[in-house]
Amino acid sequence: MALNKTQIAQRIAQELQHNWYVNLGIGIPTLVANYIPKGIDIEFQSENGLLGMGPFPIEGTEDADLINAGKQTVTILQGGSLFDSAMSFAMIRGQHVQLTVLGAMEVAQNGDISNWKIPGRMVKGMGGAMDLVASADNIIVAMMHTNKRGESKLLKKCSLPLTGVGCVKKVVTNLAVLDVVEDGFKLLERAPGVTVEEIKNATEGNLIIDGEIPEMDL
Amino acid sequence: MINKVVKNVEEALQGVESGMEFMLGGFGLCGIPENSIAQLVKLEVTDLTCISNNAGVDNFGLGQLLQKRQIKKMISSYVGENDEFERQMLSGELEVDLIPQGTLAERCRATGAGIPAFFTPAGYGTEVAEGKETREFNGKMYVLEHAFNPEFAFVKAWKGDTAGNLIFKGTARNFNPMMAMAGKITVAEVEELVEVGELDPNQIHTPGIFVQRIFQGKDYEKRIEQRTVTPKV
Repeated sequence: MALNKTQIAQRIAQELQHNWYVNLGIGIPTLVANYIPKGIDIEFQSENGLLGMGPFPIEGTEDADLINAGKQTVTILQGGSLFDSAMSFAMIRGQHVQLTVLGAMEVAQNGDISNWKIPGRMVKGMGGAMDLVASADNIIVAMMHTNKRGESKLLKKCSLPLTGVGCVKKVVTNLAVLDVVEDGFKLLERAPGVTVEEIKNATEGNLIIDGEIPEMDL
Repeated sequence: MINKVVKNVEEALQGVESGMEFMLGGFGLCGIPENSIAQLVKLEVTDLTCISNNAGVDNFGLGQLLQKRQIKKMISSYVGENDEFERQMLSGELEVDLIPQGTLAERCRATGAGIPAFFTPAGYGTEVAEGKETREFNGKMYVLEHAFNPEFAFVKAWKGDTAGNLIFKGTARNFNPMMAMAGKITVAEVEELVEVGELDPNQIHTPGIFVQRIFQGKDYEKRIEQRTVTPKV
């Protein structure tokens, strides 16, 4: 069975390492915060000016002056801190944040990513995504393997305007975990019950299959 | 102490004219200068260029200025919550410059810090970098980005004193401190205006030197865009 969005987040959470500062994008990435492995300390950075972001507030205690980058009301944990947008992006550009997880419309086999604009149809803006992908050492994309029309989102070359070039390191989809390597997408894991053949059919970009591909352990 | 207090929003916005370039603080609807925006609507000034991370929602924040067609050009990083904005942009009625959020923040900071331009990696290889100078430093490519030149900056703080010192609350700080530095005239509206001596100098976020006019704001709505909560058990 292909993973649902929650399970994609769960799988990405396995990538978290002790004492990392992590920036989570809107959508599936936000859910990663719910699955931090036991014994691991993580601080979440929200680019609107918050480190040490906590869970949603208890009903009735929400504060209009405390939101995340998705404009959702949140809380701040003990030891957290608040700052302005210039300092927030100094953390990001200065590579003080160890991991960025974000969504995408397309990823290319050379690590290019598109996620901010469909010319003539949808223009919401890039927000902080261009700064994040231009600077983070470690970028994981969380997305469905194909779009609503069933077309692959893992491509030889992005067709939409780019957000960043050659920056994505890993992609976790509903079907597979893949590393972006020199000559394509290296298949690392399959979703439980999903065959290599199905992944191959859903991947337009060059797929590298090296030996037995294990199932994900969720 | 130099006294920066003006008696109301009308006085605070004196000198505002059509065709001017403004900065407006806030992230989403968090920390936006509600009183100054309402006054801009009332003044009916048009052909404005507004530098603001977002464009409000359809009927609040900068959305109010968009509804009245007072804005000629928006310079923002994300405008996803505003249908009227998207309509005006796609139809070509509104000029829009979308720029990476960190670049926007740093351009605001640079404006007030006397730095005309700087190199950032954000947007390299994308359409954001088209027509801009690029340069390699230590094996990585960067894009040259410039400071702004706004006539007014409108910011909103939690507390301020009569000398113009400001303290922000929570994530309502966001773009406000950099924009406060950047305005030729910076107008600060505050939830609570106090006498000098009442704010701890150790806790000041924006020193009064950056603020030309300060006033006691009123009737803050502080709308929440996405009310997300954990149910009470």
